[in-house]
Amino acid sequence: MTLAANPLDTLGQPLKRKEDPRFITGTGRYLDDITLPGMTHLVVLRSPYAHARIRSINTSVAKTMPGVVAVYTGADTAEVNPLPCAWAAGGVENHLDTPRILTPDVARWTGDAVAAVVAETRAQAVDAAAAIDVDYEPLPVVVNAEEALKPGAPQLHENAPSNIEAQWSCGDAAGTAQAIGSAEVVVRQRIVNQRLIPNPMETRGSIGSFDAGTGEYTVWMTSQAPHVMRLLITAFVLGIPEHKMRCISPDVGGGFGSKIFLYHDMPLVAWISKQLGRPVKFVETRSENYQATTHGRDHITDIEVAGSRDGVITGLRVKTIANMGAYLSTIAPGIPTTLYGRLLSGAYRFPNIFCEVTNVYTNTAMVDAYRGAGRPEATYVVERAIDLFADEIGMDPAEVRRRNFIPPDAFPYDPKVLTGPTGLTLKYDSGNYAPALDRALEMAGYADQATAKAEAASRGKLLGFGLSSYIEICGVAPSKWIGLPGEGWGAGLWESANIRVHLTGKVVVTTGSQNHGQGHETTMAQIVGARLGIPVEDVLVEHSDTSGTPFGYGTYGSRSGAVGGIAAYNAAEKVRDKAKRLAAHMLEANPEDMEYDDGTAFVRGSPDRAKTIAEIALAASVGYDLPAGMEPFLDETAYYDPPNCTYPFGTHVAMVEVDRETGHVDLVRYIGVDDVGKKINPLVVDGQLHGGIAQGVGQALWEGAVYDDSGQLLSGTMMDYALPRASRLPSFELDETVTPSPVNPLGIKGAGEAGTIGSAAAVVNAVVDALSDFGIRHIDMPLTDQTVWRAMRVAEAGGAGGDVRGAAEGRA
Amino acid sequence: MSEEGATVEVAVVVNGTPRTVAVEPRKLLVQLLRDDLGLTGTHIGCDTSQCGACTVHVDGQAVKSCAVLAVQVDGSAVTTIEGIGSEGALHPLQDAFWTNHGLQCGFCTPGMIMCAADLLARDPDPDEPTVRHAIEGNVCRCTGYHNIVRSVMAAAAAMRDAEAGTSQPTATAQPSAS
Amino acid sequence: MIPAAFSYTRPASLAEALSLLAGASDGTKVINGGQSLLPLLKLRVAEVDRLIDIGRLGELQGIRPGADGGLVIGGAVPYTAVLASPLVAERCPLLAETIADIGDVQVRNRGTLGGSVAHADPASDLPAAMLALDASFVTRSSAGERVVAADGFFHGAFETDLRPDELLMELRIPGLAAGTGTAYRRLAQPASGYSLVGVAAVVRTDAGRVVDARVGITGVGEVAYRARAVETALLGGSSVADAAAHAADGQVVASDIHADAEYRGAMAVVFTRRAIEAATVRAG
Repeated sequence: MTLAANPLDTLGQPLKRKEDPRFITGTGRYLDDITLPGMTHLVVLRSPYAHARIRSINTSVAKTMPGVVAVYTGADTAEVNPLPCAWAAGGVENHLDTPRILTPDVARWTGDAVAAVVAETRAQAVDAAAAIDVDYEPLPVVVNAEEALKPGAPQLHENAPSNIEAQWSCGDAAGTAQAIGSAEVVVRQRIVNQRLIPNPMETRGSIGSFDAGTGEYTVWMTSQAPHVMRLLITAFVLGIPEHKMRCISPDVGGGFGSKIFLYHDMPLVAWISKQLGRPVKFVETRSENYQATTHGRDHITDIEVAGSRDGVITGLRVKTIANMGAYLSTIAPGIPTTLYGRLLSGAYRFPNIFCEVTNVYTNTAMVDAYRGAGRPEATYVVERAIDLFADEIGMDPAEVRRRNFIPPDAFPYDPKVLTGPTGLTLKYDSGNYAPALDRALEMAGYADQATAKAEAASRGKLLGFGLSSYIEICGVAPSKWIGLPGEGWGAGLWESANIRVHLTGKVVVTTGSQNHGQGHETTMAQIVGARLGIPVEDVLVEHSDTSGTPFGYGTYGSRSGAVGGIAAYNAAEKVRDKAKRLAAHMLEANPEDMEYDDGTAFVRGSPDRAKTIAEIALAASVGYDLPAGMEPFLDETAYYDPPNCTYPFGTHVAMVEVDRETGHVDLVRYIGVDDVGKKINPLVVDGQLHGGIAQGVGQALWEGAVYDDSGQLLSGTMMDYALPRASRLPSFELDETVTPSPVNPLGIKGAGEAGTIGSAAAVVNAVVDALSDFGIRHIDMPLTDQTVWRAMRVAEAGGAGGDVRGAAEGRA
Repeated sequence: MSEEGATVEVAVVVNGTPRTVAVEPRKLLVQLLRDDLGLTGTHIGCDTSQCGACTVHVDGQAVKSCAVLAVQVDGSAVTTIEGIGSEGALHPLQDAFWTNHGLQCGFCTPGMIMCAADLLARDPDPDEPTVRHAIEGNVCRCTGYHNIVRSVMAAAAAMRDAEAGTSQPTATAQPSAS
Repeated sequence: MIPAAFSYTRPASLAEALSLLAGASDGTKVINGGQSLLPLLKLRVAEVDRLIDIGRLGELQGIRPGADGGLVIGGAVPYTAVLASPLVAERCPLLAETIADIGDVQVRNRGTLGGSVAHADPASDLPAAMLALDASFVTRSSAGERVVAADGFFHGAFETDLRPDELLMELRIPGLAAGTGTAYRRLAQPASGYSLVGVAAVVRTDAGRVVDARVGITGVGEVAYRARAVETALLGGSSVADAAAHAADGQVVASDIHADAEYRGAMAVVFTRRAIEAATVRAG
């Protein structure tokens, strides 16, 4: 650890996290660790059919079983509104269908909730749920989004003909068609971005408690956005006053997007707690999480990339079918539209881009944001397109990237697809893409790859190098850009913070952001502590409780630092201003002459005429002697709506070895050179990058949610859904470039999703490179042993195609 | 022990304290620890015994407490994350995870530490592949394992140093697997 | 996550255990380490009325030298104890190599060899090694003791020769003749860690010629099997590659989302070749 010249200026320092002592000693408090007096337990019966009409439900046996308190079905909850969808695809017609807290008539996927059993113990509730007799009339099922669009496909919702939720586009259709029509080279490829299961290690859950005396509800939830949940549960679902509910996220064991959303159990536990007058707890099992919590990705995309043989790309046309699942999750339509199409320029100066997206309902689990949320899908398209194009013209893919990079003098850069017909016009804030590429190539020994490949070949292995020069949109988002006038998000996306400096000089910061592993309790304290000159130890960060923290939109989209952190910064500026004014009064100085540094307000040029923040806080707290008109106490709140998103970037290089007999892929080295702007805490940032990389590698090589044709989830447990394991990953080799963001005063960009956004394409590009002798130009993820093996065998046989999973296309 | 009734008495020594609890035979060790003894540091992350979040030590060996019935540990000694160290008297693994940022959301951390403690009791000087192999039954979704591996190796070094007498080991600065 | 209710008995003696089993109902199941059984019960894929816990019976413990230079391993000995045993390392490195990657360390601490053999999961590793080693299993009921060869013990997926009233007392592994090499090679399913293909090879050579060969394969067919066509070809002088091509002969090759029958069959061939090659090198 390098120490700052000023120990109070901890910005940029790799501090150990303040929240860790409770986690390493087993004294963290996650949702399932909470037990309330008189608490009951809820177990949800879910449809075993992916599509079925519910003819009848017989709960009579279940109701008489030991410990059973109540059993509810959709008929009992008919008064409760469906869950809202908060983000319709912007600027186009949407056919919105959202789930109810218990489905009353038709089950549309195997996670659809049919009945709720409440018992004294969880075991009793499980036993009783097994005794509920439901008479189902199975209906035709469709799980593949492309199949769902075909004439005659089973229809999920009456108001969504052809199962289309929305059709959305961005970019320049005519210009792109012209570019493709006149191009020297056009490469076309279908690529599938498979469905993933987010897999936070803590499954989801909720606890409802109703106080009949006050008429107030308390709902504990594993949520990334408790303030938003309170709004949605009260105003939209249950129709009760917003202020009559308190929502609390206790310690949350990861989310990766899947805990942003409103799920049926959250209003359900509140509703049940009022019915029963007793608290009720719901905690998913892992299999249930796989069935019923949101999935991610699931795109089928046809790409056309056009350009000239000198390596310059002139057009990119993308047509994507996005699987929404059986209903819309809270922000689902916005993910494959705004957060996908608007990133399709990547790090490149593509003069023409056009993207069409069709959001489709199928009899599968709902699909919504999963780490990166649209941006990994876009990056995968762009970075595969670059390699396909490079392969076609026989040019080094690193060189093609270099020739198409947006040059450093072009910033702020308008890639044209970033802004729709209305709303705030956004531009990439800052960037210098080539140095990160050069450094990554240097670390990988890319220039001497022939030697490395020959060495691997001597061991019978096929070595491949894969690049990904990603950018991402972080720090979401300016409300005017993403909100209804522009991109269709039904609210704003500013963030909040409050700072109180107490009488003893100790500080409490509250934030509207939500910490579920990102380290807010440390990094927010670093921002505030550094600005106020107060030791980090003396700054407590409170979050995730609607009682006591200002409204905020929560944590996702790499926004906690670049939006939430700036709110904290701005609140600290307000505290500094007030402290200076009060200190001037205490020192009988002119307020205009005051400065603030190192926790001290002093008269400019006379540093001995000074008051420490502790002295000022004491004076403000006791309030005996304040300047005329000044309110007591140092208590300041800031709401920060960013003027722009931030645009981190970097180049990742994956090096893989493929066993030509088995298809097994070994990730032997992984190099990442990331530019996330300035860092609040590099230890935390690197941790975010590591975890993100592992998730992208997981998608590239192992992970995939697989349904059979009847809508049964075949990858229904951890026995069949392959998560990255320690033994299958190398240590990651990271370096950085630093291009501060001009968007915010800290120059930070965001890092929570960068690793995931960059890594899947790097790994796939590496495997395709390793298989170049076979003439293989593309394989769909995950690149399992079988998939890679089959690609090689099909290519050897001179064929193309193959089965749907693991299809490989040989170059003709 | 032979019982046909609804509950069975189980006597276990948990973190050094003898406990006797009447349980249903179907109760898992993890449920005994969490629900009956209030030791919620041991977590449940899956239902197929794949994730390792529930790892504790039974008679000095790491086990997945979701794959052991409470009745099976009758007469045994169980050590949980709460028993290997505490704030102010951290086990070297706890300290190393903190120092090396070996955790993010913290949910897998207790199981990961208990699994690593089993390794270091058997192998005080593991190389990186050995560490990675040893923790393959523990899933972490946050860290990509990078800093977990660093943490375990750092703890191993610290424990070797303590063993060699270059620093004074505390009472808890030893693996519980003994 | 919560099994259906059952009763639990931990007999204090072997005699008590056998007497309980003698009159047991269909819903009675023996639990040894429980590492395979408990996950099934938790998902309610399996339900039982009563568990009889034999994990602590003294008669099922211990790793002892066999009179023929081999090993005798108690049915309730956990994997970890086998992996730590110098006797196993000396007399039967194939056993250690085979079980080194079963599950994970937590599973190996708790899971037992007898439990695995009796459970007979078609993807578990141990049966392949038992077949290649020509092991036999000692079973006992109140009616008496049987010694059953591994070859023939595994009837089908989760079905064995073990009778409902019997316990698997011990595994007997014969000693290896001089000039014998062994190897286990596997392809793991990335989620569960179970073997998509696992091949145990025991090869004895004399002056560079294969004079004895036994190959056990798991994960491929409905149950672990001896690849006799491979063995015959090897002894008949075929090249290892040619012999290995018969790895899945006569099998109904399994198919699932991780490996379809074509791929599994092909991998059976590759890993059979690799196991035999490695064993041959070790044979010297």
